[in-house]
Amino acid sequence: MGEHDEILDELAGLAADGVAELQRIDDLKDLGSAASRFLGKQSRLADLKAGLRDLAVEHRSTLGEALNAARTQLEDAVEVRRQHLDELAVGRRLAAERLDLTEELGRERNGHLHVITQTWEQLEDVFVGMGFTVADGPEVETDWFNFEALNLPPTHPARSLWDTLYLDSDDLDGIAAEQLLLRTHTSPVQIRTMIDAVRSGTGPPIHVVCPGRVYRRDTADATHLPVFHQIEMLVVDHDVSMADLAGTIEAFTKAYFGGDLTSRLRPSYFPFTEPSAEVDISQPDGSWLEVGGCGMVHPNVLTACGLDPEEWSGFAFGFGIDRLAKIRHGVEDLRDFVANDIRFLEQL
Amino acid sequence: MKFSRQWVSEYTPVEDTPEEFSALLSDLGLEVEDLVVVGGVPREVVVARVADVRAHPDADRIRLVDVDPGDGTIVQVCCGASNMAPGDLVALAPVGTTMPDGMEIASRRMRGQVSDGMLCSARELTLGEDHEGIMILPADLVVGESLAEALVIQPDVHVDVDVLPNRPDALSVLGIARDVAARRATAIVEPRPLPVLSSGPIEGVSVAVDAPDLCGRFAVCVLDDVTSGPSPDWLIRRLKSAGMRPVNVVVDVTNFVMLELGQPSHAFDLECVPEGHLGVRWARPGETVTTLDGVQRRLEPSDGVVVDRDDRVLTLAGVMGGASTEISESTSSVLVEVAWWDPPSIAATAARLGLHSEASLRFKRGVDTAIGPLALQRIASLLVEFTGARVRPGMLEVLGDLPAPAVIDLRLQQLNRRLGTAFSAVEVTTILESMGFVVERGSTTPEDAEVLRVTVPTWRPDCTIEVDLTEEVARMYGMSRLPRRRLRIEQRGHLSEAQRRRRAIRRALVGAGVSEAMPLPFLAPGDLERCDLPADGLLIANPLVSEESVLRTSLLPGLVSAVAYNVTHRSEGIRLFEIGRVFGVGARATTDIEASVNAGRVLDGEREVLGVALAGRTAPSSVHLLEAVLESIGILRPSLLNEAVPGLHPGRSARVVIDVGDGSTDVGVVGELHPVVLTRHGIHEPVAWLELDLSVILALPVVARRAQPVSRYPSADVDLAFVVDDSVPAIAVRQAILEAGGALVVAVRLFDVFRSDALGADCRNLAYSVRFQALDRTLNDREVADLRQRIIESVTTSLGVDLRS
Repeated sequence: MGEHDEILDELAGLAADGVAELQRIDDLKDLGSAASRFLGKQSRLADLKAGLRDLAVEHRSTLGEALNAARTQLEDAVEVRRQHLDELAVGRRLAAERLDLTEELGRERNGHLHVITQTWEQLEDVFVGMGFTVADGPEVETDWFNFEALNLPPTHPARSLWDTLYLDSDDLDGIAAEQLLLRTHTSPVQIRTMIDAVRSGTGPPIHVVCPGRVYRRDTADATHLPVFHQIEMLVVDHDVSMADLAGTIEAFTKAYFGGDLTSRLRPSYFPFTEPSAEVDISQPDGSWLEVGGCGMVHPNVLTACGLDPEEWSGFAFGFGIDRLAKIRHGVEDLRDFVANDIRFLEQL
Repeated sequence: MKFSRQWVSEYTPVEDTPEEFSALLSDLGLEVEDLVVVGGVPREVVVARVADVRAHPDADRIRLVDVDPGDGTIVQVCCGASNMAPGDLVALAPVGTTMPDGMEIASRRMRGQVSDGMLCSARELTLGEDHEGIMILPADLVVGESLAEALVIQPDVHVDVDVLPNRPDALSVLGIARDVAARRATAIVEPRPLPVLSSGPIEGVSVAVDAPDLCGRFAVCVLDDVTSGPSPDWLIRRLKSAGMRPVNVVVDVTNFVMLELGQPSHAFDLECVPEGHLGVRWARPGETVTTLDGVQRRLEPSDGVVVDRDDRVLTLAGVMGGASTEISESTSSVLVEVAWWDPPSIAATAARLGLHSEASLRFKRGVDTAIGPLALQRIASLLVEFTGARVRPGMLEVLGDLPAPAVIDLRLQQLNRRLGTAFSAVEVTTILESMGFVVERGSTTPEDAEVLRVTVPTWRPDCTIEVDLTEEVARMYGMSRLPRRRLRIEQRGHLSEAQRRRRAIRRALVGAGVSEAMPLPFLAPGDLERCDLPADGLLIANPLVSEESVLRTSLLPGLVSAVAYNVTHRSEGIRLFEIGRVFGVGARATTDIEASVNAGRVLDGEREVLGVALAGRTAPSSVHLLEAVLESIGILRPSLLNEAVPGLHPGRSARVVIDVGDGSTDVGVVGELHPVVLTRHGIHEPVAWLELDLSVILALPVVARRAQPVSRYPSADVDLAFVVDDSVPAIAVRQAILEAGGALVVAVRLFDVFRSDALGADCRNLAYSVRFQALDRTLNDREVADLRQRIIESVTTSLGVDLRS
């Protein structure tokens, strides 16, 4: 009887002391070694369990129960402590990893498309949505494409409207002076489009927009640049009229500027169109914004491209991309577009 | 063209508000550049009676004037004038008045005396030129009344319109009035001067025209006993409203008639014209004339001249007068000449000599072919009226090849087809006739096919073909009133593949943190050399400044300058790209229309290029970006050939080559800018550089990328390090690994490069991680070991490198 009671007492003490010790452990590694000391193969608990077979049968079950109870008590204590220490560890890690996200170290610059490109692409998208394709052409042009084919023969007084930069032809074999120039408008692309369509048999009908860079002999200031960008629309078909032109401009106005705005035409003069008009777009404040020029393609221009003006008619509408970007984004000085100051580029 | 609304209203009634007037002119194609309301006598200015005039105790020149403004008070005003007496009615601007010149009248003290307002001169109220004293008003006005109401003074409107090149008629006030009258269907009253001249010989004067192709009309008259002096106020007001300054009565009258009728004229001092003879002919080579501005001009046979009895050149026809016959204060006999000159000749002479005068502007656009005699009458009658001059009897007129008014057949159907309208013949006729065109109706069956025979008025020489008339009808009808029709486009709108790729490249760059720059494409001489690039850009023949006289052959100078600019503004580490044209040298050009349409360009060397400058980055950054950019348009794994590239660090640059079907093609360069180039630009950080020829890349055939199956079996990694001589590029090692490993190599990653003394000076260690994987099974250890061995043997023997153990 004595041995049996001794063992029960020892188990009770073992469990109580063990639980108390486990609750004092602050480290997961120590917890592991303590757990194996109390519960492992070498533990006193294991010894006692092995000693069960030497006991009298009547004692085995009570002692077995007591053993299991002590084991469960210790295992639970280990688990509780482990959970507690895990939580503490996560808490310590989180605390250690805390970041002030308003610290801006190592911030990378974002890339920005130039606002001219943004405007250019938006305009292209609007015209593509209306059914147009997009054409481009060379920036170095001949006098014929830039002027003569556009009903501006060499002696035409209106040539002075375009301050033209000519290429020095000394380095170019077989090219006479003032034959090569930097195109003063995107209209030569219209000429190329028409000639190409006629020659390849792909048109008319022609529905194309020509965005591009153009050049003028001009000093850069707040409202002028020697290099800027235009976009021109060209339609050639049987029987297209001023009414189609005005309707197309109106559709463009609503698509690009917004549904509440409208457009108006004012008489103007361009050698390559007749009738010619200026296009104004209404503004939310009730004023009119002069956007660009338009007109019916002049019969001489159609003829120069191999199209019979009795059979075909056409219209064109062109305007400055830079000016539009300037107005839309409140840019005060056009020179900001070419200064390449990152402080400007990153704003838009 | 500047004028006033009041002036226009002399010929046709105009009662619009300034806003309405401006809108009307713009809708007629006379775009209003500037509009100023003038003359408005301020509402606050009242009629006041002078009660007392006293001397200022401390200032001799100032009078103290007590005036009664009619409200039962007496106001003291200090006044610099002394032409008023008690009882006179004067114009008082009380305190708080804003004068036409913007001055605000305030209560103030002058030498200790209070002044509560201002007594106004005529000029201060824009009612005249007089500024000698204050205005003494008619005695029948009511004291206390607003002066503007008392005198029924309407403010005038001064307008500046932009006259289009096809509107020579609008270079005269009468022409503008005609347009207004046509739109408003109001009457037009043309000036009818007294017929002071009658055709016939003039004593002591003769004219001869030897160049009828130059001179369509040459008409002269003579006025004797002309006295010099100022022009009347009204005429000066008219001139000023047109932006002209009064000179003397003779000049003023000729200017006035030019503005009114669009006909320039020339006044000679008859005493300076030997025997009163004038001749007209083309100039001879080598001739010279000294023009009114004192400059001696060398003439060409394409210039028209007026000569004297001795065949000496007096004036440059239609462009500028000569100094020898200029009117002076002592001139008493004036010979006035009006002419019609051939417009292209005048345009050519004015352009060649850079002489752009009000006269040459009108002559080159085309003066009304019929207005000459009327203009001469108008000038003569005004000079008689203003100066008491006498007309020397007679008027000489010689006609040359004066163009007859054009007669144009206008097909109604064609007009409606072009405008999208359904105008009837009557409507078109009414519109054209309102503008002075003479219309002869044709047969009326079928009605819509009617052809109108239209005679153009003499003041519209710009109208020569059918479409000119179509435009006039649209203009006068109102372009904004034309119908609008929604166009149906069958074609599906789309971007071309090249345009889509260009956009994809831009987005890849922006995604990589690179911003788009747009430098001017012009360079200064020396810019290319500063970038170590060949110094032979094409030159601009007529640059405005030498800084913009060379066409760029590369985007490098522009982007380097952009980086440098930002560095000076303390923005470092910036990344910029540009897509733009460059203009190659040694290029050939074609002016042949067919050839250039075929090639899509005129200049062989015009190419579209992408340039990228990454400040603060070294060459490898540009290689990474190169791969990202090419991958965005479906081009994988470009090859790099280490090579010195002009402008770049010779040891850190490579050509970029890509495979194209049956071979490979150069598409650009990568690397790092040459440190010396950077130093020259004041940049003290490395700048990685990438340049791609988009003319080539965007035109590559589109090949849809094929998906490769992804293995579901485990992969095995093997690390291999080789000691490689610097002469062997890493790309060769990679290539050798791939070739030896065959299809089971799914990735080759260079993960370390190092140099050490032990390796030697010209070698480096390249460490690769090679991943093996099969599509259909798990590779076993033996297979992996075999592959590893095969790769090692192949790489070491083919490249002569050592495995690092």
